[in-house]
Amino acid sequence: MAISQFSYSSIPPEAEALRAEVREFIQAHLADYPPTLRAHSWMGFDAEFSKKLGARGWVGMALPKAYGGAAAGPFARYVIIEELLAAGAPVSAHWIADRQSGPLINRFGTEQQKQRYLPAICRGESYFCIGMSEPNSGSDLASIKSNAVREGDSWLLNGQKVWTTNAHHSQYMIALVRTGEKQAARHEGMSQFIVDLTLPGITIRPIRDLAGGEHFNEVFFDNVRLPAEALIGNEGKGWDQVTAELAFERSGPERFLSCMALLTALIDALGKAPDALQAREVGRLSARLLTLRNMSLSVTAQLAAGEHPAWAASCVKDLGNVFEQELPEVAQLLLDVEPRQAGGGEYARVLAYLTQMAPSFSLRGGTREILRGIIARGLELR
Amino acid sequence: MRKLFETMIERLFADLATPAYVLGCEGGEWPAELWSALDESGFTLAGTTEALGGAGASWADIYVMVRAAGRHSVPAPLGEALLANWLLGKAGLEGRGGTLSIAACADLTLADGHVSGIARAVPWGRNVEALVAVATTDAGTPQVVLLQRSAACELTPSLNVAGEPRDDLVFRGARVVAHAHLPDGLGVDVLELGGAMLRSAQTAGALHALLDMTANYARERKQFGKAIGSFQAIQQQLAVLAEQTAAASIAAEAAFCESDDGLAALTIAVAKISTADAASVGASIAHSVHGAIGFTEEYPLHLLSRRLWAWRSEFGSASLWSQRLGAQICQGGSDGYWPLLTHHGKQPLTGLASNRL
Ligand SMILES: Cc1cc2nc3c(=O)[nH]c(=O)nc-3n(C[C@H](O)[C@H](O)[C@H](O)COP(=O)(O)OP(=O)(O)OC[C@H]3O[C@@H](n4cnc5c(N)ncnc54)[C@H](O)[C@@H]3O)c2cc1C
Repeated sequence: MAISQFSYSSIPPEAEALRAEVREFIQAHLADYPPTLRAHSWMGFDAEFSKKLGARGWVGMALPKAYGGAAAGPFARYVIIEELLAAGAPVSAHWIADRQSGPLINRFGTEQQKQRYLPAICRGESYFCIGMSEPNSGSDLASIKSNAVREGDSWLLNGQKVWTTNAHHSQYMIALVRTGEKQAARHEGMSQFIVDLTLPGITIRPIRDLAGGEHFNEVFFDNVRLPAEALIGNEGKGWDQVTAELAFERSGPERFLSCMALLTALIDALGKAPDALQAREVGRLSARLLTLRNMSLSVTAQLAAGEHPAWAASCVKDLGNVFEQELPEVAQLLLDVEPRQAGGGEYARVLAYLTQMAPSFSLRGGTREILRGIIARGLELR
Repeated sequence: MRKLFETMIERLFADLATPAYVLGCEGGEWPAELWSALDESGFTLAGTTEALGGAGASWADIYVMVRAAGRHSVPAPLGEALLANWLLGKAGLEGRGGTLSIAACADLTLADGHVSGIARAVPWGRNVEALVAVATTDAGTPQVVLLQRSAACELTPSLNVAGEPRDDLVFRGARVVAHAHLPDGLGVDVLELGGAMLRSAQTAGALHALLDMTANYARERKQFGKAIGSFQAIQQQLAVLAEQTAAASIAAEAAFCESDDGLAALTIAVAKISTADAASVGASIAHSVHGAIGFTEEYPLHLLSRRLWAWRSEFGSASLWSQRLGAQICQGGSDGYWPLLTHHGKQPLTGLASNRL
């Protein structure tokens, strides 16, 4: 039964040993970093910080040593990223390269591609974005229309991507596009390309989010000529490659720690002598958080063992998103403080920001309904 | 050892703890046949050291046995006997075969080898031969005591929502069978903590069974010409049931795996909260998906759902444990918060008793 995929795993001592080092690093570099910025969590962009992490060997650390990584296991990376997320460190610049693009290139790339991209990722200098969604293809990703057509030695790329996080700050996009015949089966005929975003024919326009932030973009491809070596993995196997990434993308601590800055600010605001309701809700939230962490660690153990826990990862993401979305609501229940965009106290500003961000948690990386559909399939209902 | 225990006990329960048998035991009927099978195989002594007559199983091994008991709605104090024997062993006393329970919520004093006071909500109090409790001496030192149930002078019977006995026993100058100092590192609330851990594992097991039963039903029951499990609204509910089952399992397993010589208080609090919340959500979804048939005595869904409703409140509700945990977290302030969470296995839940609400 699918449910038996979840079994308890603790962090091995050698990975646990890294925790003190990361805490020291955070203390040294982010001591005065204000809660309002910590609230940006993995949307906080700071290339200098990413390079410092890279210099410590904490970006792309699971990649082979030959390409600048540390060949560290998934648990070592887990300790590093959960410490950074808990502190609200600005990890956005290298986040996608570290979590997804690096491992993808390492798994499917040619020797030449690995040598070209991985060392810069590990130094914290090379940033990637994910080009999947299009204006008419969100949840129904297999309906994408952007396409690349082979022309002699190269590919001609046309179409549009949207909601592409960090496209305006990244050197590369890993894009999923059609390369096959229109009449082919739904999940076939798609391929992934590493698109150099400086190439002619590419237009990137930031889209402001509801809080005025510029995190995601629309990206247009107008007869962009890609070299043959831009293809990553196998032609026509893009869908399988994308699904292989999902377990990495959906099971990590970023799926339940997005509101950590609010939770810590709330604990401070409540003080040392909370009333019964306040104590109860803080206790309950913390219990859920620890249980999510144990679920996430269990998926990490499966990844470490070379398994493909896509089902379990969907459980972590959905339950985690429900948790992080509830945090601003519980905060409202416990304290009579009006959220403030500007002015007010720090707590009021953190609350205002995360109240506005919360709806995105269950959209990015797959919606609630899509995840629950995947879980239902694992229960053999579809 | 874990795999072996699980296989053996699963087989035993599948043979003996059938739905009809479980239902027949509700209301206080003692499952004599089932218990003697457990007793003969030495399951109740599994956690005691070999020197004291047990199998030396760890809490992680015991987890699978207690979870299996939950999965099969076992109408007997197996977890309680395991916990009682573990505590006897910790105190240097010999383990005890036969029928045995615990008194976690007790107000007992010990003087000259005799105990007086009340033991509340003793699981199967009316049926067992003996029980283990923590009593206090005049000098205020806590003692592990083993008591003969027949030494009680009053018994007030009581049943939980699942018809499982939870009886109050009064002792007046009752001679103890054995007693010893509560070992260092264990608090006077050790049985409440252990009880909460047991219920979390039983709840996880019952949720596994509930998920199986409900998913099977959704695949078989047809309406509008197709299986109800093919409707997206039902699929989405079952997905939530699966998530809650997963959360409950991992939380309960963590509590056992992080307990060794002592009990991992903070992890147990988390397990009780997570499993109790999962029990509420899970029972509600399972009943909704089953429709009217699930509301009958004949269909076995209620054997699970009524136990989930009973166990979530025993040895402290989600509310109680949340409040204790939250009070401690706020005490420590935000600086101590993340370090507390990441080292939870080693964290005591301070002031648990003084925190009693
Ligand atoms: C902050 C943020 C960052 C993002 N970053 C990126 C990125 O970097 N790269 C990228 O490619 N994309 C990114 N996305 C896009 C994201 O992947 C999509 O928003 C998501 O896949 C949903 O697509 P959609 O927004 O078009 O909604 P739709 O697919 O139109 O869905 C709208 C609603 O309909 C529901 N629905 C759709 N289909 C079904 C169905 N079959 N059954 C039941 N309900 C259904 C959905 O669950 C949802 O509730 C980002 C989104 C956000 C909010």
